[in-house]
Amino acid sequence: MKVLMFGWEFPPHILGGLGTASYGMTRGLSKQEDMDIVFCIPKPWGDEDQSFVKLIGMNSTPVVWRDVSRDYVAERVGKYMDPQLYFDLRDHIYADFNYMHTNDLGCIEFSGRYPDNLHEEINNYSIVAGVVARQQQFDIIHSHDWLTYPAGIHAKQVSGKPLVIHVHATDYDRSRGNVNPTVYAIEKNGMDYADHIMCVSELTRQTVINKYHQDPRKVTAVHNAVDPVSQEVLDIVPHHNPKEKIVTFLGRITMQKGPEYFVEAAALVLSKTKHVRFVMAGNGDMMNQMIQLAAERGIADHFHFPGFMRGKQVYEVLKSSDVYIMPSVSEPFGISPLEAMQVSVPTIISKQSGCAEILDKCIKIDYWDIHAMADAIYSICTRPSLYGYLREEGKKEVDAITWENVGKKIRTIYDAVLKNYR
Amino acid sequence: MKTICFYFEIHQMFHLKRYRFFDINADHYYYDDYVNETGIEEVAEKSYMPALSALKEMIRQSNGSFRFALGISGVALDQLEMHAPDVIEMLQELAATGCCEFVAQPYSYGLSSLKDVEGFKDEVKRQCSKIRQLFGRTPSVFANSNMIYSDEIGAVVAGLGFKGMFTEGAKHILGWKSPHYVYNCNLAPNLKLLLRDFNLSDDISLRFSNPDWSEYPLFADKYIAKIAAMPEAEQVINICMDLSAFGMAQPLSSNILEFLKAIPACAAEKSMTFSTPSEIIAGLAPASSIDVPYPISWCDEERDTSPWEGNVMQREALDKLYGIAERVRLCNNRLIKQDWDCLQACDNFHYMTTKNSGITVDRGIFDSPFDAFTNYMNILADFVNRVNELFPEGMDNEEINSYTTVVNNQNDEIKFLKGRLDTANCEIAELKQQVEKLRMEEKPKAEAEEKPAPRKAARAKKTSAK
Repeated sequence: MKVLMFGWEFPPHILGGLGTASYGMTRGLSKQEDMDIVFCIPKPWGDEDQSFVKLIGMNSTPVVWRDVSRDYVAERVGKYMDPQLYFDLRDHIYADFNYMHTNDLGCIEFSGRYPDNLHEEINNYSIVAGVVARQQQFDIIHSHDWLTYPAGIHAKQVSGKPLVIHVHATDYDRSRGNVNPTVYAIEKNGMDYADHIMCVSELTRQTVINKYHQDPRKVTAVHNAVDPVSQEVLDIVPHHNPKEKIVTFLGRITMQKGPEYFVEAAALVLSKTKHVRFVMAGNGDMMNQMIQLAAERGIADHFHFPGFMRGKQVYEVLKSSDVYIMPSVSEPFGISPLEAMQVSVPTIISKQSGCAEILDKCIKIDYWDIHAMADAIYSICTRPSLYGYLREEGKKEVDAITWENVGKKIRTIYDAVLKNYR
Repeated sequence: MKTICFYFEIHQMFHLKRYRFFDINADHYYYDDYVNETGIEEVAEKSYMPALSALKEMIRQSNGSFRFALGISGVALDQLEMHAPDVIEMLQELAATGCCEFVAQPYSYGLSSLKDVEGFKDEVKRQCSKIRQLFGRTPSVFANSNMIYSDEIGAVVAGLGFKGMFTEGAKHILGWKSPHYVYNCNLAPNLKLLLRDFNLSDDISLRFSNPDWSEYPLFADKYIAKIAAMPEAEQVINICMDLSAFGMAQPLSSNILEFLKAIPACAAEKSMTFSTPSEIIAGLAPASSIDVPYPISWCDEERDTSPWEGNVMQREALDKLYGIAERVRLCNNRLIKQDWDCLQACDNFHYMTTKNSGITVDRGIFDSPFDAFTNYMNILADFVNRVNELFPEGMDNEEINSYTTVVNNQNDEIKFLKGRLDTANCEIAELKQQVEKLRMEEKPKAEAEEKPAPRKAARAKKTSAK
C-alpha cells in the first residue's frame, strides 16, 4: 500500500508535538512490510532520518518550469532528494504560476515554521501538493493537522484517491473556545472532504463531532504513542537535591496549557512547605504574565522560568524533576506526560487532556481544581510509596504504548476506507 | 442429614471526607456526614429493613426451625444507632426470637488481625460487649473482617475464648477437600472452622439477577436440589454474604427476597435443617485440621489480602497507621479512640487498590487509587500529629510504656492504699459505733443509778476513759 502523507514538521526540526507525532506514526506504519510512505514537508533540512520514509520537500518541488542542469539540481537539493525526482515533478506542473514568487529552481520558498503569513504558506503548500499528487502513485492520502488539509483536498481532487485526515488539534483547544473563523473554515472544509477522520483522542473526536458537525461513524480516535527513549537520554545523570523536590511544567506558556493554575497550586503548596521548587520551562505569550503572578503570590524565590528547552535539555530537566505536571485546559493528546513517564517521573495531568484516556498510572485532576493539584503535588513529594509506585508503574505503562500498535490501528482504518471507497 | 448455616454480615464504614493537606493540623473532623447519613439511610431502606423483616417472617413461619447468624461490625452499629435506629430495633426483635446468633467481629472491621494483635484482641472484646449491651447475647463464634484467616489469627481467636470461626473455603487452601465439613485450626485444635461455600454464596450475592448467567433464573427448589445432590457425608453448608446483597448488589425487583423466603420450605422437603454456627460447632467433630500459613480472605479471585495490602501505597498507609497503634492504646482520649476505629476500616485501603480484578472498584468519592491514598494520608498525618501531641515526640514507645507502667503501678498502689485506708476508716467507724453503743447502754444504767449512787457512776466513767 502506498500512502501520500502531508505534514508540516518532521524531526529533528520540530516546533511542537505535531512533528514528533507524525514521525512516530509514520515509523510505526512503516514497520508493516507492504507499506510505502511518501511524506511531504514544507522545508527539509537534510538531516532527517529517511530510512523508512521518502521525504518530498515542498520547497524543492517546482511549480514553474525552469531549465536547469542535473548537476545544479544535485548541488541544490541533493542532500535530501534524488535529482531525478525534481525532473519528474517538473514534468507535472499543471498551471502557469509565473505570477508567484519562485526561486531559481521554480520552487516556492517555505519557512517551515508558523510565520505571520501562515495562511499564505498554507495556500502555497496546497498549490505545490497539486504537482506532487500528479506525479506520485499512491492508494490513499493522509493529511496531518489543519495546515495540510487544503493540500489533502487538492490531492484528492486531482487523483481521485480517498483522503484521511489526522486531527492533532482543533482550534477549540488552542483558543479556549474563541475560534478563529478562518482556521475553523479550513478545518471544517478538510473534515467535510475527508473520507475518514482520525483524532488523537476521544476528547478531540467529540469536539470534531459536536463542533464541526461530523458524522460519528467517520471519526475514530487513534491515540498517539511514544518512541522509546534513546540511550543518550538514559545516560543523563539527574542531579537531585535530597532536601528539595522539583515540580516541573514543560510546554508553551499559553492559555491552552493552563499555566496560571500551576502557579496558583504552587502558591498553595508553598504556603505549607518550603522544600519544593517549581519550574515552568518553555516560552509563550503568557510568560510575562506568569512571572508577574508568581511575584504577586510571593513565591518568586521558589518559582523558576528557565525558558525554552530543546532536545536533550528537555530530558535533563525532566530527569531532575520529582513531579511532572500538565494542567492543560484542553489538550488534544499531550505527548509530554508520556515522555516524563518514560524517564520515571511521576506525572499529574488534567482530565481535560487526551492522553488521560490511555494513562492510568498517573494522577488525573481537573485543570481548574488547584486544591486537588496542590494536594497531589504535596502527596507525591511527601509519600515515598506513592512516588515509587507512580515512578515504576508509570514507566511500565508507558513503555507498553508503542507506535507500532498505532500503525496497526491506522492500517485497519486505511483498509476499511479503501474497501468502502467507490 | 445436611444442615445449612446462613451467615449475613452488616458493615458500613465511616466515609472520609475530602481532606486536603492544608487541613492538616487545622481540621480534626474527618467524616463526610452527608455521605454517611444518606448512605446508611439508603442501605437501610433498600436492603437491611426488607431483608431483616423477611428473615423474621421466615423464622415465624417455620416456627423457629429457620436459624441463621449475623455479624455486625462495631462501626456499623455506631452508624445505625446514629442514622437508622429502626434497624437496631429490628435486630433486637430478631435477637428476641432466639433463632439468630450474633457473631463477633473486630469493632473497626479493619486489618488489626494482621498488623496489631494487641489492638485486635482489644477491639474484638469491645465488639462483644457492644453486642451484649445491645442484644443481650455473648458471641461465641468469630468472623474476621472479610473472613481473613491464618493459622496465627486462629490461635489468637482461640485465645480469646471463641469456639469457632468463619472463614473462606478457598480452593488453594482446601485442595481436594470439601468445605462442607467442620475443620479445626492447626495451631489451636479447639477452634473449629466453618468454611464458606463460595459457589453457593456467590450464586445469591453475585449472580442472582444476572441474566447472562447459565443458571439464570435461580429458584429455591433448584438451589436446594443442588445442595441435596452433594454426597451424603457432606453435612455443613455455610452460605455467607453481605446482607446488602439483598437490595443493593441484587435489586429487590429481581425477587431475591421471595427466593430467600422459599428456601425453608424447599429445604424441609429434602429434610434439610438450618443451624446457627454454635449449634454446628457443638454438634459436629472436626474432620481434620487445615493449614493456612498465609492469610486468606473472601475477596477477589486470589482469596488473599492483596485487595488491602497489594501495592506499596496500601502498605505505607497500613504501616503508618499501625505504627502508632501502641500510642493510641496508651492514650485515653475518647475522640482519638473513635477516630482510630474509623480509620482502621479496611474499605479505606480497598479504595487504594490498583488491582485489576475485572470488577470496577467502588472508591466512594475518590476517582483513583492515588486520590484515595492522598486523602487518607492527609487525614492520617493529622491523626498522627494529634496522637503525638499527647506524648513527647522524641520518646519511643517503650519508654512511654515504661512510664505508663510506672504510673499504672502507682495508680494501683494508690488504689490499694486507698482501699486499706477505707477499710481502716470502716474499722474506726465500727469501733466508734461500738463505743457509742456501749455508752448508750451505760447511760440508762447510769441514769437509773444516778440518784442512789451518783458518785459511783462518775467513777465508772473515769475508769472507762482510762
